[in-house]
Amino acid sequence: MATTSGTGTEFSGDLSAGFNAEGEDLAPGTGPWALAWRRLRRNKVALFFGGVFVVIVVLCLLAPVYAHDVAHTTASAEDITGTVKVGGKNVDIVSLTGIPIGPTWHSRYFLGADSNGRDTAVRLLYGGRNSLQIGVMATLITMVLALILGVVAGYFRGLADGFITRGLDVIWAFPALLLGITLGTVIAVGGIGPLKGSSLIVPAVIIGFVYIPYVAKPLRGQVLQLREREFIDAARQQGLTHTRIMFSEILPNVASTIIVFIPLILANAILLEAGLSYLGVGVEPPNPSWGNMISDGLTTIPEAFHNVLVPGIMLVLAVMSVNIFGDGLRDALDPRAKVRITR
Amino acid sequence: MTRFIVRRLLAMVVVMFVISVLTFLLFEAIPNGNPAFRLAGRTATAAEIQVIEIKYGFNKPLYIQYLRTMKNIFTGQAYSYTQGFNVLDEVKAGLPATISLAVGAGIIWLLTAILFGTLAAVRAGRSTDRVLTVVSMLGVSMPPFFLGAVLIYFLGYKANIFPIGGYVKFTSDPIQWFVHMLLPWFTLSVLFIGIYARVLRATILDTVNEDYVRTAHAKGLSDRQVLFRHTLRNSLIPIISLWGLDFAAIIGGGAILTESIYNLHGVGQLAADSIGRLDIIPILVIVMLAAFAVVVLAAVIDIVYAYLDPRIRLSI
Repeated sequence: MATTSGTGTEFSGDLSAGFNAEGEDLAPGTGPWALAWRRLRRNKVALFFGGVFVVIVVLCLLAPVYAHDVAHTTASAEDITGTVKVGGKNVDIVSLTGIPIGPTWHSRYFLGADSNGRDTAVRLLYGGRNSLQIGVMATLITMVLALILGVVAGYFRGLADGFITRGLDVIWAFPALLLGITLGTVIAVGGIGPLKGSSLIVPAVIIGFVYIPYVAKPLRGQVLQLREREFIDAARQQGLTHTRIMFSEILPNVASTIIVFIPLILANAILLEAGLSYLGVGVEPPNPSWGNMISDGLTTIPEAFHNVLVPGIMLVLAVMSVNIFGDGLRDALDPRAKVRITR
Repeated sequence: MTRFIVRRLLAMVVVMFVISVLTFLLFEAIPNGNPAFRLAGRTATAAEIQVIEIKYGFNKPLYIQYLRTMKNIFTGQAYSYTQGFNVLDEVKAGLPATISLAVGAGIIWLLTAILFGTLAAVRAGRSTDRVLTVVSMLGVSMPPFFLGAVLIYFLGYKANIFPIGGYVKFTSDPIQWFVHMLLPWFTLSVLFIGIYARVLRATILDTVNEDYVRTAHAKGLSDRQVLFRHTLRNSLIPIISLWGLDFAAIIGGGAILTESIYNLHGVGQLAADSIGRLDIIPILVIVMLAAFAVVVLAAVIDIVYAYLDPRIRLSI
């Protein structure tokens, strides 16, 4: 372990030295984070897709600007009887038979219209904003709750662990989408507390809840192993409180796992939101999301396929870029970690 | 071993009980209190609500309502409040389509994932691995309803090769059954192939460092023999148990998106259709049965593991 290749072992304790041997001269004191950053920087594919995701986020955040200054409309402005100038002549936005116009490649209806005469490009950006917002909120909810439950269960073991683990097992037993639609339908009927069914927070809470066991269970396992290590014993001997040990000894050691989980959960949260909205229990129309845009678009298939294709491609691109970046992040931080979202 | 099985089955029953209580409470407790109000409609009088309360037993204590609901579900007496159909009959009617989907897709995704995962692991770091990684990533990022829509549009509407959806009974026309199931099988498989191939690749790369693999090499087996007889055989264990759980979830209606985009009228689509009607009973029955299926399979898998590997028996 005296060689430079052993410097990354602080991450998970069982990292084999071989994974860090990158055939180059590293300064003997190179820390794990610096090593991870170096590995990530070299992974051009992951960086590229990370960049793609940033571009998508920026575009979606600029939705109001685009709607106001380029398309001169809003996400919900319908125009079934209007016309738009394409190549010098006026064309119906929605034809007499109810078929919306395809991409005009002009500032108005750049990506065509939907069956209500709304601007697809504008709705795409606003929908993305909703999808991303829900994804980020849900990820935050999952990570915070899973971290608390996982660390408490793993650290205290015993009764607390028994309750938490059984509870997680119960949530985990429900297929994610089925649990999502059950909660969605129930809450769509009644709302939760002060929240109405149409609020974006409702799908975020549902999705955040569904993914807790997928993060909390592996975290608990890791904490169970960590608490037997010598440095935790040492901390206990020094008389540190449980809270202090969890925050300053356990937390830094599970930090890499948490970071690796964030993009994974984000990607899955966006996908689940799309599925829920597609089925009608996510973002409530007329508020757009990529999922409900696709389900809207299906009503005019095969004549106006762009209304399925446009949000679908955006959705796949966003989720895939998060997934690939997350994969690169995992390889960089913890090459042997088996962190993934499976049953 | 008997001791282990008994304890594991007891744990299973406890989890199933909690699941049933939870689903019941979701229905009874969360949505604005009294379900009688929802059944009666907006303009109901107090007398009408009372009639409904008595008819469905909403005025009884919660535990009695719970027992009654469970009794109704397991004796096949659970009826949709808004549509009036018998939920269990509808679930049974949807099962052939759902089982067809699960079995076909299950075989396809397991075999393809084993092929992809093994290839990626054997060629780790090389171009084959990179390509398979991107393909897997595309697969896990692909929502079934979008992939289904694209396939239906291009292969159904445009090229006219495949039907645009629907389910044909195997018993009435096996060839049409097969033709109708091909796209759904593919669509559902894509999602899982990505996940499974990645898991298998990681497991193989881990197993390769095990002592028994080194021993196998040392005693002079060829790379191929070591791969198939030792590495792969052990690496498949997590994949197979994963497969069992996902299969159970699909039988329980977990493939809602695939079923509804292809209009298969399976168990999952029954749940999807009930959403629009805000018809909670079928959704609850399905979600509970799906969770039961997963819990039972998880227990079976644990017991099989314990049978194969005595060390596990001691750990619980």
